[in-house]
Amino acid sequence: MSIPTELQYTKSHEWVRQEADGSLSVGITHHAQELLGDMVFVENPVLGRMLAAGEECAVVESVKAASDIYAPVAGEVVAVNEAVEASPERINQDPYGAWMFRIRPSGELSGLLDATAYATHLETEAR
Amino acid sequence: MLKQTPLNARHRESQAKLVDFSGWEMPLHYGSQIEEHHAVRRDAGMFDVSHMLSVDLRGAGARAFLRQLMANDVDKLRTTGRSLYTCMLHEGGGVVDDLILTFMREDWFRLVVNAGCADKDLAWMEAQRERLGADARITPRPDLAMIAVQGPHAAAKLWHAMPGLEEVAGAIKPFNAVVVGEMFVARSGYTGEDGFELTLPAKAAPFFWQALLEAGVRPCGLGARDTLRLEAGMNLYGQDMDMATTPLESGLAWTVDLGSGRDFIGRDALLRLPRDKCLVGLKLLDKGVLRSHQRVIAPQGEGEITSGGFAPTLNASIAFARVPVQVRVGEEVEVEIRDKRLRAAVVKYPFVRNGQALV
Repeated sequence: MSIPTELQYTKSHEWVRQEADGSLSVGITHHAQELLGDMVFVENPVLGRMLAAGEECAVVESVKAASDIYAPVAGEVVAVNEAVEASPERINQDPYGAWMFRIRPSGELSGLLDATAYATHLETEAR
Repeated sequence: MLKQTPLNARHRESQAKLVDFSGWEMPLHYGSQIEEHHAVRRDAGMFDVSHMLSVDLRGAGARAFLRQLMANDVDKLRTTGRSLYTCMLHEGGGVVDDLILTFMREDWFRLVVNAGCADKDLAWMEAQRERLGADARITPRPDLAMIAVQGPHAAAKLWHAMPGLEEVAGAIKPFNAVVVGEMFVARSGYTGEDGFELTLPAKAAPFFWQALLEAGVRPCGLGARDTLRLEAGMNLYGQDMDMATTPLESGLAWTVDLGSGRDFIGRDALLRLPRDKCLVGLKLLDKGVLRSHQRVIAPQGEGEITSGGFAPTLNASIAFARVPVQVRVGEEVEVEIRDKRLRAAVVKYPFVRNGQALV
């Protein structure tokens, strides 16, 4: 699967999408869901929680293992995707559609990778 | 360098995700572990279990040796093809391995042992044979492959894949087997469904695998094998019991022959050791996933999950936990998962049998 160019990424395999209202949607990449296997449980941060960049804030569990999700940027949790919590397999079926939660960022975005840089990161990890 | 089974190329053709399992390169899944799980519960799936080692024990003293080596009662085996699940214990009562023992002839028994225990088992058996002066030869059979065909439609698809087999193997009962040419066909498995385990020469395995594939049997990986056996209430060596735990605290008392007075290795320890822990089933009532090593908090004391996971048939998380013996079915306990305590019900297992949820 190609890496969508309109998104930004973290080295820990989250993707970030800029929404029209200024919030950021966060999900996990195709690569991450493929590594983890069939998803069976999603635990999102509570609404209103203030996150620091890089903070452990959510968990996805697959048939294989539990995996922490890190806040890609600092900010407040303004939405969680209950449809994905109810049907975690959506992450496998449509990783870039199945956003987990949204953050209203508290400052400038920094440290995120564009699609090219993320692709390079995947190649480095594979070596 | 990982060891490969004779079916390795077949797995690659089927896009298996291959992983290191006890030094063997084995399929974890072929795309979706959950779909493979459902295929076995609803239709038919097959597993390459050639990494497990067959070991032949031959000689006039084979039975006498096994009577000392095995915790279960070997004298239940009197007819060709009859099998027995048993633990092999050390003097301290801990489990060296759990295995299937089959009667071939009075001077020939076959054991199938876990891949990860094979070297240890062979060394242990050889040492005991010498110590006891048993008249028996121990011969590992790495030349044999094993395919498990499991599911409600396993029999029908197996007969379709192997014309003529139904006539000789169609009537075999669970835990029995027949010899068909170079193949050994046993009605057994590790899924809680009807099914067969085929032991056959390694060189013949790819042909039969292909025939089963063409008969509509779905290849299934070790991931589905694990969730199926957990639902079926079957122990996994290294998780639910090991060298440091006894069968009595691992839900395996039913396999230990303490009643007959037969003296087997580990018996004295089993009689001597306090029986303060037991294995129970848990079903998670809150949302989350039970995993091995999570802490269990019961009113009677603490315990630990030995095997846990998501049960696709139940759409819930289940586990085995080693807890104080006073814990009763029907009670509620707490399980520590990350920074939370979640509620779980103590339940009887198996959780699933023949496609039906029991909890």
